[in-house]
Amino acid sequence: MAILSADVYKEMILDLYKNPLHRGVLDPCDVWHRDGSMFCGDDITIFIRFGKGKIIEDISHSGHGCAISQAAVSLLTEHVKKKTKDDALHITNEQMVAMLGIPISPARMGCALLGLKALRGALEKET
Amino acid sequence: MSLISRQQFPIFRNHPNLVYLDTAASALVPDSVIAKMNEYYEEYSVNIHRGLYDLSIRASREYDAARGTVADFIHAKPEEIVFTSGATHGLNFLASVLADTMSEGDNIVLTRLEHHANLLPWQRLAKQKKTELRFIELTNDYSLDCDSAQKLIDERTKIVSVTMMSNALGTVVPVEKIVAMAKQVGATTIIDAAQGVAHRAIDVKNIDCDFLVFSGHKIYGPTGVGVLYGRREMLASLEPFFVGGDMVRIASYTDAAWTDAPQKFEAGTPPIAEVIGLGAAILFMQTIGFEYIQQQEHDLCVYAKNILEKEVTLIGPKEHINRSGVFSFVIDGIHPHDVADILGSKHIAVRAGHHCAMPLMEHLGLVGTARASFGVYTTKEDIDRLAEGIQEVKRIFRCAL
Ligand SMILES: Cc1ncc(COP(=O)(O)O)c(C=O)c1O
Repeated sequence: MAILSADVYKEMILDLYKNPLHRGVLDPCDVWHRDGSMFCGDDITIFIRFGKGKIIEDISHSGHGCAISQAAVSLLTEHVKKKTKDDALHITNEQMVAMLGIPISPARMGCALLGLKALRGALEKET
Repeated sequence: MSLISRQQFPIFRNHPNLVYLDTAASALVPDSVIAKMNEYYEEYSVNIHRGLYDLSIRASREYDAARGTVADFIHAKPEEIVFTSGATHGLNFLASVLADTMSEGDNIVLTRLEHHANLLPWQRLAKQKKTELRFIELTNDYSLDCDSAQKLIDERTKIVSVTMMSNALGTVVPVEKIVAMAKQVGATTIIDAAQGVAHRAIDVKNIDCDFLVFSGHKIYGPTGVGVLYGRREMLASLEPFFVGGDMVRIASYTDAAWTDAPQKFEAGTPPIAEVIGLGAAILFMQTIGFEYIQQQEHDLCVYAKNILEKEVTLIGPKEHINRSGVFSFVIDGIHPHDVADILGSKHIAVRAGHHCAMPLMEHLGLVGTARASFGVYTTKEDIDRLAEGIQEVKRIFRCAL
């Protein structure tokens, strides 16, 4: 079934695109990781500062991308803040799509998951 | 009167509502090309050159005829035409076989506009050989700055490889001028005609380049086939990259001697149907003729520029003389990917992103653009539909912004 633009570009998505959460460079940080999409050139860097018990004390993201990748990374950073590294590592692709709450076509899946990929990359750098 | 009808393209019969504005990526294929390839598969689908029976003789004849058609199309000789898998193949081949002509301190001159296919092979060569890569600059109007070319091309320039037309911005490059500058210092000259070949009549003798490459799928032909033109003496002096079947005069367990060009560069079974299809695609273009193609393109460009500049920021030359039917654009506050997605949901096919020219986008300070590109089947109605689509994109984004 065709996906309607009106269902994708909901108010919440556009709002997060215009006013992203946790945007910026976290300085100092413990780990950072940059990931990009070959197809659309979207580019996201995740910065993390850990607290006691590998809790994600603070997190931020920078880079650029479309409304979907930007909304997703805002929701994701908000979701994992104050959670443990392990909790964050357990987030599945399906959960990321569910957080967005909009239909994601195969062509946009990369956008929806780019932030999660960058987050996983950053978490893996923590030793 | 229009010389062509959308009905000649099965894609439009199957998708009557399609607004196809992505011809710069791949052109749609007309019936005549498909029929010619089917004819091969249905009537004489056997290997060329090796068979002494009727079917193989016919296959060889059709294959050779396609080479003649290509030669005629760009005013070359048949023995100067090498079939490749596409422009990317041709450029990679050239970068590897020309490596030995380079030494430390030499330089290679490209333009800021290059597609990755005409950048990365030279970048790799430059690293291997410790040579310098230089980029001819653009003017404020996104056109090529010939003064910059004059400054960059010097005694140490060994290779000048430039695009004939930018797939990202639509800029038309004055290749004759650049080649003339390169000749003065004795550099090898290469033209990436992957885009240009669909829009301008090419005469390699007039351009006076040593090599020129293009792909079948940008000129209404099949994917998987392309052309490397090489000046006869140049091809004679080069070693093949692939060796194997169909390119030796004699072979023993310890040694082999190659045939002459172009066969020595076509080791192995080539994409026979695609080569024959490419020949049919060129006949299709010749039937329409470049006079018509350029007139139609000019009319569309004038129309599109007037309409689009009211809606979006165009990234490309303003002067029609310096551009072709490729319109890159951005909309303030809306990512190109979102633009293309919403247009796609309305059956308007455009491309979004860096268009395989990431360094160019970064150079221009852009994350990417959306791009509408025209072909012989493009109509003013397509551009009207695009404009309506763009208004819808803005409506969707503005209503919540
Ligand atoms: C200017 C230019 N050069 C080279 C290429 C590469 O062509 P191909 O992918 O067919 O090898 C393209 C294709 O987009 C192009 O537009």
